[in-house]
Amino acid sequence: MDNMQYDLITLLPELIVLGMAMFILLLDLFILPQNRFVLYGLSQLTLLVAGFVTFNTHSPAVGFAFSHMFIDDTLADVIKIMMFVGTSLIFVYTRKYLQDRQMFRGEFYAMVLFGLLGMMIMVSGQSLLTIYMGLELLSLCLYSLVAFDRDNTRASEAAMKYFVLGALASGMLLYGMSMLYGMTGSLDVNDIANHIAEQQKNNPVLLMGLVFVVAGIAFKFGAVPFQMWVPDVYQGSPTPMTLIIGSVPKLAAFAMTVRLLVQGLHPLAVHWQEMMLLMAVLSIVIGNFSAIVQTNLKRMLAYSTISHVGFIMFGFMSANANGFASSFFYITAYVLMSIAGFGVILLLSRQGFEAEEINDLKGLNQKHPWYAFLMLIIMFSMAGIPPTLGFYAKFTVLQAAWQAGFTYAVVLAALMAVIGAFYYLNIVRKMYFDAPEQYGAITAPLELRIVLSVHALALLGLGLFPEVLLSICGRSLLMSLQ
Amino acid sequence: MQATILSLPWLSLAIWLPIVAGIIVLMLGSDQKPTLTRWVALIGSLISFVVTIPLYTGFDHKDGFFQFEELLSWVPAFNMHYHLGIDGFSLPLVLLTSFTTVIVVIAAWEVITKQIAQYMAAFLIMSGIMIGVFTTLDALLYYVFWEAMLIPMFLVIGVWGGPNRVYATVKFFLYTLLGSLLMLVAFIYLYHQTGSFELADYYLLPLSFKAQILIFIAFFMAFAVKIPMWPVHTWLPDAHVEAPTGGSVVLAAIALKLGGYSFLRFAMPIAPDAAHYFSTTMIVLSLIAVVYIALVALVQKDMKKLIAYSSISHMGFVTLGFFMFGQLALEGAMVQMISHGFISSAMFLCVGVLYDRVHSREISAYGGVVNTMPVFAAFAVLFAMANSGLPGTSGFVGEFMVILAAVKFNFWVAFFAATTLIFGAAYTLWMTKRVFFGEVANHHVAELADLNKREFFILAILAVLVIGFGVYPQPITEVMQATSAEFLKHMAISKLPVAGY
Repeated sequence: MDNMQYDLITLLPELIVLGMAMFILLLDLFILPQNRFVLYGLSQLTLLVAGFVTFNTHSPAVGFAFSHMFIDDTLADVIKIMMFVGTSLIFVYTRKYLQDRQMFRGEFYAMVLFGLLGMMIMVSGQSLLTIYMGLELLSLCLYSLVAFDRDNTRASEAAMKYFVLGALASGMLLYGMSMLYGMTGSLDVNDIANHIAEQQKNNPVLLMGLVFVVAGIAFKFGAVPFQMWVPDVYQGSPTPMTLIIGSVPKLAAFAMTVRLLVQGLHPLAVHWQEMMLLMAVLSIVIGNFSAIVQTNLKRMLAYSTISHVGFIMFGFMSANANGFASSFFYITAYVLMSIAGFGVILLLSRQGFEAEEINDLKGLNQKHPWYAFLMLIIMFSMAGIPPTLGFYAKFTVLQAAWQAGFTYAVVLAALMAVIGAFYYLNIVRKMYFDAPEQYGAITAPLELRIVLSVHALALLGLGLFPEVLLSICGRSLLMSLQ
Repeated sequence: MQATILSLPWLSLAIWLPIVAGIIVLMLGSDQKPTLTRWVALIGSLISFVVTIPLYTGFDHKDGFFQFEELLSWVPAFNMHYHLGIDGFSLPLVLLTSFTTVIVVIAAWEVITKQIAQYMAAFLIMSGIMIGVFTTLDALLYYVFWEAMLIPMFLVIGVWGGPNRVYATVKFFLYTLLGSLLMLVAFIYLYHQTGSFELADYYLLPLSFKAQILIFIAFFMAFAVKIPMWPVHTWLPDAHVEAPTGGSVVLAAIALKLGGYSFLRFAMPIAPDAAHYFSTTMIVLSLIAVVYIALVALVQKDMKKLIAYSSISHMGFVTLGFFMFGQLALEGAMVQMISHGFISSAMFLCVGVLYDRVHSREISAYGGVVNTMPVFAAFAVLFAMANSGLPGTSGFVGEFMVILAAVKFNFWVAFFAATTLIFGAAYTLWMTKRVFFGEVANHHVAELADLNKREFFILAILAVLVIGFGVYPQPITEVMQATSAEFLKHMAISKLPVAGY
């Protein structure tokens, strides 16, 4: 087969997303505002087709394209399919909200699809350059999505903050990458790993580079001490954008970490393990304690994200296959939970009402017992109480960290989970024990209700039968890391 | 054993039937159709009770190991199994659980008017989960059930509880969770030692002394909170007082037993050397619970609080019996658990009867109830007597066995344990005197109507059981004889690695 042709076939899912994103952008010019649901349908179709293609072109063998800058392995395929599912859920949950607020425009779908493309490139990035390119494509889309509602000053402020800090972090990452390149003479992560393993494990410039790379990754995750942007951006952005920032990109950040730290800098694991340990413990402690006092649901979820990120890093710091697999499982569970959590906020919000204060959930059980029950599952899952998915997520990372010898950190994390339970319980408490204050019917469309119900019940179902997801995460990672 | 009885997965039925029944109640029932909701719940709880009966009839008393075992692979990634089985310790507790659920459903009949379906469903689901705790032989599955129980209990106290319910239920949840998470850490350690969650593997695993001590402490944190032992008991009076009657009954009759049972199932056999090492500490803590908490009970002004403290004091007997490592003491402690299940339920139901009429739990709000409610007073006095350990009631049997064993063990232990017969009688009977006897205190009491048929029915059943097991406790003791003999045999063998220590 011709080389170029092979490269293009390997990139088929990316090309589909790219083509459709541009098509939607163009089509938006010619379509009447009342027909914009076509764009929504096309976006969903794109995801479906891209997912189908990814699934069908999957092979256990590792494929490379564009002279080893792009990798197509099982891990990439699995993460991509998860991203398609996540993005599709996001589209379902956000449609009504966007329509109510005059944000139902073609640019939204084009931006999200371009962001998705950026994430797909990150996931498959095998060279520092590819990874950085994907990351920047994603970041630029996210910045503009946050500012999507032009007249919303809080959103503009959030976008500004996000952009300035994000650009700084990208700069740090790029700086770190340049040091790695300077010392090893290669951009390919595997070459870098081989080079470091053979020659210079304690080269100070490499270690400097490592620190910058880790800082860049930590920023994208929102781990302490690079967490400052998270609460403000979460709270300031319109809820659909918060949903987008807080969910699928974390999968991409996970993939980036695997490519950079696990594949590329594994010989330096001793060094980044220590950094991860510190960041993980601080994230869990600071995230949980700050979340307690929040009154805004989105801000609370932002701090809870920080603590979840801490747990994710627990898996990484084990620096073995068990640990990476547990991180992967945790992050998948987290993305599912976080989309569902914001889904409930979107479900309850209607024209002129945002449902983003914790008090807005008061007495939900008396008004809408079913949705209160769904939120109950989501909250207990986030708190890590069995029989929900969140429990197994916490359990896998804790056992992996224990196996790697981080005994005290595990005990601390277990105790911190009690603090975490407190603020999740607080939401359940408002829903079930308080009298309703806000009256108003739920105006969300039927599709949102059904999908959200299935989604939240899946958190319970996957908690009862976690094996499927566990083995997908574990196996795909093993096949790619070998 | 007959083949027919073994052919059905009775334990799975015992766990999942009430849960399914709970879901059906949630789907069918609503506040608009209260009668339907109640009947569906009652039928569900009755069926769930009936399926536990074959466990008793088919149980082989001579066999000290697990019976009715079911083994399926659940999560191969962690080598976790759906492994169920019962022995002489868990069997009576399973029956107690399914029986109590029926009582709770009947007790809530007209009393609960707000969100009936959710109330009934919570108790049915909780019943299945608690039976799960009593029957699993896989540590992780056990943990799943153990924690899952918190969710319905949290809602029951918070939604249908008294004025200070939110504080009480959050405290209950966080206290229990804190202990449980340390237990989870212990399980993670054991998992990495053995590569499985099988209880049988843990029993055989040799552990260094230091590891045993740490494991025991982790388990202690989880179980002592649940029992509760002094000094981690403070959640219990709050939770009991604020919970609705049904919640108090389930908490006292079953939830506390989860802690006691788990000591026998996990903490002691997995870390036997540590259990011996800590036995003096445990006995001292138990005696503090027995004596000090009894004194605390004496000064309570709130009836439910008084019974809550009395529960802690009685559970002190249970842990005392466990840590003397004798067959008599052990069986006495088990009998005490079962008997306390009946008596405390009955006591809480009695308070519930008064509370439904007067809406006060204060002792001072009553006086001379016997004049207006003679039948009820007869029952209440009987249960009060049982609570203070009168011979002829089931309350006597367990306490007597434990005290008898204590005399052989150490005179002073027996001395302090025996004070319960005085203090127990003092606080229970003094409360009875103030509430039931004397002049009619106020117009509320004067207007009281005696028991209706439903209340009479549940109190009568409990009265029959309390007296029945008081006179003839063999049905409880004989099922656990072989098991407790095996247990003590296991406990006598050190698990320290031969070469080490």
